[in-house]
Amino acid sequence: MPAPIRLRELIRTIRTARTQAEEREMIQKECAAIRSSFREEDNTYRCRNVAKLLYMHMLGYPAHFGQLECLKLIASQKFTDKRIGYLGAMLLLDERQDVHLLMTNCIKNDLNHSTQYVQGLALCTLGCMGSSEMCRDLAGEVEKLLKTSNSYLRKKAALCAVHVIRKVPELMEMFLPATKNLLNEKNHGVLHTSVVLLTEMCERSPDMLAHFRKLVPQLVRILKNLIMSGYSPEHDVSGISDPFLQVRILRLLRILGRNDDDSSEAMNDILAQVATNTETSKNVGNAILYETVLTIMDIKSESGLRVLAINILGRFLLNNDKNIRYVALTSLLKTVQTDHNAVQRHRSTIVDCLKDLDVSIKRRAMELSFALVNGNNVRGMMKELLYFLDSCEPEFKADCASGIFLAAEKYAPSKRWHIDTIMRVLTTAGSYVRDDAVPNLIQLITNSVEMHAYTVQRLYKAILGDYSQQPLVQVASWCIGEYGDLLVSGQCEEEEPIQVTEDEVLDILESVLISNMSASVTRGYALTAIMKLSTRFTCTVNRIKKVVSIYGSSIDVELQQRAVEYNALFKKYDHMRPALLERMPVMEKVTTNGPTEIVQTNGETETAVLETKPPHSGLQPGSQANDLLDLLGGNDITPVIPTAPTSKPASAGGELLDLLGDLNLTGSPVSAPAPQISQPPFLLDGLSSQPLFNDIAAGIPSITAYNKNGLKIDFSFERSNTNPSVTVITIQASNSTELDMTDFVFQAAVPKTFQLQLLSPSSSVIPAFNSGTITQVIKVLNPQKQQLRMRIKLTYNHKGSAMQDLAEVNNFPPQSWQ
Amino acid sequence: MIKAILIFNNHGKPRLSKFYQRYSEDTQQQIIRETFHLVSKRDENVCNFLEGGLLIGGSDNKLIYRHYATLYFVFCVDSSESELGILDLIQVFVETLDKCFENVCELDLIFHVDKVHNILAEMVMGGMVLETNMNEIVTQIDAQNKLEKSEAGLAGAPARAVSAVKNMNLPEIPRNINIGDISIKVPNLPTFK
Repeated sequence: MPAPIRLRELIRTIRTARTQAEEREMIQKECAAIRSSFREEDNTYRCRNVAKLLYMHMLGYPAHFGQLECLKLIASQKFTDKRIGYLGAMLLLDERQDVHLLMTNCIKNDLNHSTQYVQGLALCTLGCMGSSEMCRDLAGEVEKLLKTSNSYLRKKAALCAVHVIRKVPELMEMFLPATKNLLNEKNHGVLHTSVVLLTEMCERSPDMLAHFRKLVPQLVRILKNLIMSGYSPEHDVSGISDPFLQVRILRLLRILGRNDDDSSEAMNDILAQVATNTETSKNVGNAILYETVLTIMDIKSESGLRVLAINILGRFLLNNDKNIRYVALTSLLKTVQTDHNAVQRHRSTIVDCLKDLDVSIKRRAMELSFALVNGNNVRGMMKELLYFLDSCEPEFKADCASGIFLAAEKYAPSKRWHIDTIMRVLTTAGSYVRDDAVPNLIQLITNSVEMHAYTVQRLYKAILGDYSQQPLVQVASWCIGEYGDLLVSGQCEEEEPIQVTEDEVLDILESVLISNMSASVTRGYALTAIMKLSTRFTCTVNRIKKVVSIYGSSIDVELQQRAVEYNALFKKYDHMRPALLERMPVMEKVTTNGPTEIVQTNGETETAVLETKPPHSGLQPGSQANDLLDLLGGNDITPVIPTAPTSKPASAGGELLDLLGDLNLTGSPVSAPAPQISQPPFLLDGLSSQPLFNDIAAGIPSITAYNKNGLKIDFSFERSNTNPSVTVITIQASNSTELDMTDFVFQAAVPKTFQLQLLSPSSSVIPAFNSGTITQVIKVLNPQKQQLRMRIKLTYNHKGSAMQDLAEVNNFPPQSWQ
Repeated sequence: MIKAILIFNNHGKPRLSKFYQRYSEDTQQQIIRETFHLVSKRDENVCNFLEGGLLIGGSDNKLIYRHYATLYFVFCVDSSESELGILDLIQVFVETLDKCFENVCELDLIFHVDKVHNILAEMVMGGMVLETNMNEIVTQIDAQNKLEKSEAGLAGAPARAVSAVKNMNLPEIPRNINIGDISIKVPNLPTFK
């Protein structure tokens, strides 16, 4: 059979193919030729055939029939054969084929070969694709080669050792003695790979880490030599001496210096030196500086050094090179938690990066901007971020909108600003807003009582023109339904009141109902809103009745059910209608970071109404919370009035935590707008107040926090299932003296890592002779699960004189904070 | 750790693909295609870093690429590698190729894939950087090539010798060199086939 064509010929032929089909044909022909040649066991041309096979494999054609041939090539004596054989093994074989184990013996022999290049090939292959069995068998050979004086082999052996350790971590100990002299090498290649080996070992095992800490001085010395050595043509890259090695050493120093004062101490000088002396005109210098900055931030460096590092990052931000700006933004993101103030200084530059054309940079800048928003700069930052939201790519809008909502919630300087911001987001990026933003917003609006008129007016104006953005329309319909009377009466302090008639309002709601663009959820909102308006509007009740009855035969089952039930309200239960459709009370909610779970304690209604109430309408209009309490059979806990933080000095900023209101109110998790899934939130059959938190309180013992002068304060605990860092403490204050204590005020302070919220006490008088108690609820947020400590201050009037006392509570049981 | 090194041209045809992590062959081809899609969309003056595509590990891995003439050199790395360092590494790799091939161009990579693999094997091993000194690498490659040549190389001994002689371009030797009066007769040299 004629000699198989050469690789070059094959490539040339394939390149002449004009279509994919032609190429496939040629390759199939060649594969057939190769296969028959393999069958003939032709030694001379085997390497040529395998080379061609590898080329075809790269193009994407199957080449598995060449695997055994590679093995035969490896076993051959010729260097050429071995070279192609090992390359084939690396490309075609992997651990999943059983064939690869046959290589083990060959590799073992080759590791002891006389020619260093053959040994090199064997090491390379083992280091690339050695499986754990192979590594176990051959680790001894690798270790021997690690000690050889041949630098070519030594560096390969070092990297091979890294691979072995990755596959079989237990063998790490074996390489330990060989590492003793690794750093004494002069050859940079060996130094480089040794540092990689040491890095791998330190990352895997804390014992190794401790052991290698003593190498810090040596590493510092090597680094120093590199910097001071001046020009060395061998290792020079753009004027800097072996930057790769410098970067590797800096990384190892970072790992060694983390959490260790002595090592960090030893490194401070050299880090400062590198940071100040490196030339930054080229990428090389910047790479080293970047690594230095990361190291400084990670170890326990002194504050001067940290400031230097952040300034370097700031300088990077101003660099023209995009790559540098990108890495600067990435590292600032990592450090913003720890060195917040220093990063704040560069805020304006970061905000400018939002306007960059590069998508990667924009994303980083956006994330960093959100991390930098705080109480002081919130207005300015929000302006920039809203502008960004306007102009950014669609892939960013969802994240940006959520970020803005979170930031606005945390740092809103005023309610009006908050509502304005949210409205702005809804109108610009309305369709990208996440679904959970709608209930949040509704809850926010209900809470800002004085802004109702303003809000509804603005929302009305917003959807007049365009009702295609679903979240906006949902919120607007809900508001119009609730506050339609305010809208029509034209009373608005904040803005120029507009003249709206009832018909106009109904027009807009009806068009939402009819429009093809409205999702069925939105239609549900609109229908319910129209229904609510039947009690708020005076002249158009008939129109409303008509609309509602039309939808009684709607195809959409949800709408139909609502309409039918509303109809029933009009006909049979007209006397109950006003009560049912009354204004919603203020809602409490649970906020967590990220997707919030809303738990509403809707004002409940009498149980009798249960049957007619559309059980799926999440927006239960209801009477005041007090009615609920009557049902519960005289709980004397006061309803939750969201207390403006009468919380104490240590309660760290603002409403970072609005926890669920009073525990004993029944409410089942009802997501507000989701009309479908809620069960009727009236699990009142048992009439037992169903505590919202699973009562693990049974497990947590109560403590006596204070007991002096006849005043005794007990703490009892509950932990939340849904949010394990929240502890709810109920205090009971009792008075064993003969006279009442009046004007009792309880204040508490907690360490900075906690957050505290105090709810209103049940009363301010503690009757004498233990005949009654004052109860108050404290909520503590403890994200870091640190030990709970509290300082309390009590002021009250007793026996005609004002009393005041400070005490510290340290005896919290571990279950309350762990 | 470097997960993969890919070289492909402006149309997405792979010129070299080396994976340091186990992927099936189909996945490998898909990764090449996906990476090409991501990288070719990039403008000329944006930064050289990208989040990795879904197949190659998503946002844990980064794609660091450089565009030279008609070729994209893409290194897919995880977070333990320094991005700027890898950029420099790509530069060193290309310069080494340049030294080994003398003004390397895409054709060189096409016809000498195996040699490119050998050069790469001297620089990166098992996903980790082995040697960055260009001269050192070139020296080792030369030595190994010499070793190969002494064994008669890829093509097999007989064919090589034959083709060597076949390609020997014996110039047409003029039978008569006429320099004025002097006439030198040159004997008939036998022709080799």
